[in-house]
Amino acid sequence: MKKSNTNILKNKVSAFFVKLPESHAFRSIMASVISIVIGLVFGFFLLLILKPDRAGWGIYRILFGITDIRRFARMLYFAAPILMTGLAVGVAFKTGLFNIGASGQYTLGSFFALYTAMIWQWPWYLAILAAMAGGAIWGALPGLFKAFFNVHEVISSIMFNWIGMYLVNLLSINTPAMLDRLVGNRTMILVNANPSAVIPKWGLDVAFQSNFMNIAIFLAIIYAVIMYIVLNRTTFGYELKACGFNRHASQNAGINAKRNIIVAMVISGALAGVGGGLYYLSGIGQYLVERSLLMAGFNGIPVALLGASNPIGIIFSALFISYLQVGGDSLQPVFAKETIDVIISVIIYMSALSLIVKTVIASILKRGSIKKHAKEEKQ
Amino acid sequence: MNVLGDILSLTIIFTVPLLLVALGGMFSERSGVVNIALEGIMVIGALVSFLYMSKIRDSAFAAATPVLATLTGVAVAAVAGMVFALLLAFASIHLKADQTIGGTALNMFAPAFAILLTWTIQGQGQTAIYTPPWARISPTVFGADLQNLNFFQRVFLKEFFITTPLAIFILILVIIVLYKTKFGLRLRSCGEHPQAADSVGVNVYFMRYAGVGISGLLGGIGGFAYALAAGAGFSATVSGYGFLALAVMIFGNWKPLRIVGAASLFAFFKVISAMATAIPFLPSFQKISGGEYIYLMVPYVVTMIVLAFTSKRSRAPKASGIPYDKGAR
Repeated sequence: MKKSNTNILKNKVSAFFVKLPESHAFRSIMASVISIVIGLVFGFFLLLILKPDRAGWGIYRILFGITDIRRFARMLYFAAPILMTGLAVGVAFKTGLFNIGASGQYTLGSFFALYTAMIWQWPWYLAILAAMAGGAIWGALPGLFKAFFNVHEVISSIMFNWIGMYLVNLLSINTPAMLDRLVGNRTMILVNANPSAVIPKWGLDVAFQSNFMNIAIFLAIIYAVIMYIVLNRTTFGYELKACGFNRHASQNAGINAKRNIIVAMVISGALAGVGGGLYYLSGIGQYLVERSLLMAGFNGIPVALLGASNPIGIIFSALFISYLQVGGDSLQPVFAKETIDVIISVIIYMSALSLIVKTVIASILKRGSIKKHAKEEKQ
Repeated sequence: MNVLGDILSLTIIFTVPLLLVALGGMFSERSGVVNIALEGIMVIGALVSFLYMSKIRDSAFAAATPVLATLTGVAVAAVAGMVFALLLAFASIHLKADQTIGGTALNMFAPAFAILLTWTIQGQGQTAIYTPPWARISPTVFGADLQNLNFFQRVFLKEFFITTPLAIFILILVIIVLYKTKFGLRLRSCGEHPQAADSVGVNVYFMRYAGVGISGLLGGIGGFAYALAAGAGFSATVSGYGFLALAVMIFGNWKPLRIVGAASLFAFFKVISAMATAIPFLPSFQKISGGEYIYLMVPYVVTMIVLAFTSKRSRAPKASGIPYDKGAR
């Protein structure tokens, strides 16, 4: 009796390992891992060409840049906003939209959060909701333009990135109560303006010996889990994904595609907005009135692609990209920290080829299993 | 009058990169490949050609024939842009990858690579490559008096680079190639209905490679022209001009002559927004601080309004953005 039980268990386990390579998730993960390896190898060769004697040191810094718990806290701190923008881009991808405007939505979210926190003295949880609203408004605009005027969302969201950045600059400059009195071109330190608006630390800063540590990363993970449930376990999520697969077919099936485009962009924008809120409400970063777009929005694109637009995958890819970036910061001044961006861009390029990578994996596995079958038949 | 002359003069030199890059994008889309990588292609074109220009900066060749030296710079930019664009072509044509994602990767790669490379070559933190003084053709070459430029000299000669007449030449060439040659007809057919083109013996893959290759060529030259127009030099960015060029292409309805109109309109608004404080008849918004941001927003707001009105009627090449699959019906 006991023996047969263990046999069943054994069969189940071996069945799992046989099925594993054929599962969709496994292939996506393998494709991502292969992309990452190729990206890192490319980065290494690039460093080798640029400065042969320091290349080994450079790649070591990138791979093992996080040596202590403080750096680990920094990694979590920078992972939270890009996790949110990654979710934003990923959700839009699932609906067949390319939201390249996460940067603008992130900026608007940041402004809403800082404004409500500093001027209206809202506590942090309400300020995050304000950030959500700000991002949602800025995400809705490209959605409306797509649904009603047939303007491609890539073009319109790029335009709204710039409009949003200049608008927020204009609004911040004209709200002197928000600005740092000494420097003038940035918002004031949040703790001085409204201590209750700083995202709580719950003692984590002591545990991680770092001021960068707070509960922001956990909030971001909660958002990811919620999005996972919405996309995979609700009718609403199913409709969104159906629109992404085939807009015309889903319209025939009675799904309102126009409404879904707008709703998807609103959700996407809201998520990006929360990213801005989490970053600036941590109380360390001050919004700088500058003329360049915020990169956290664009970093959402590789995060989403690497995570295969799956909210759970995005959690891991955000942590990974943040890991690389914190490691990359320590490359300076020998190499520019943009080395990381080069590596990430190669990773995205490879993940654009994910279809090929997946078919290659599949064909290798198939060849393996055919050989196995042939062997078994011979026996 | 002088201010107006300056505005028109700057409008011309900023129209040049927008026009060239938008024409490039048009070639790519007309062949059936969405080229969102124009921004990155511009950066690579400008980077490589400016490295080359700074290399020959003090050479006897440049001193003797500055115009010819600048033209070799144009050629270098064209080749660099084309090679870089082939990365997109390879991924999206042969490997049938998602064209937008591949393009995004190239857009991210180019400026990061430019910073990494200039750091290594010029030293820590020094990412700017300066324009050699001989690249700009002074009005005195045409016999104008620098102190007393008349209106037309101010408009056409005050800021004059060899890329301006080159752009006009390229525009004429593009119209002829696209509408009056067998190659142009075949290229357009691949963007509309590749299966039909294939059935009459057109090599769709080759045509798409050609389309993306030409877009890289023009994009590279456009990047070079932008870096010249920007003034001091090239510092790892073309500040969104590649994306603006995409909007210009859509607004121009994928047709060369309308693209000229669209490009000059956008360039005009860009120049107005940059020079707003120097223009006497524009309101200066003295009651609020940071009024310049209102003007900086203008070109993008205008783009959105224009796109809203024109996109309903716009007709993109039908097969643009769809990988060609021989087996599909």
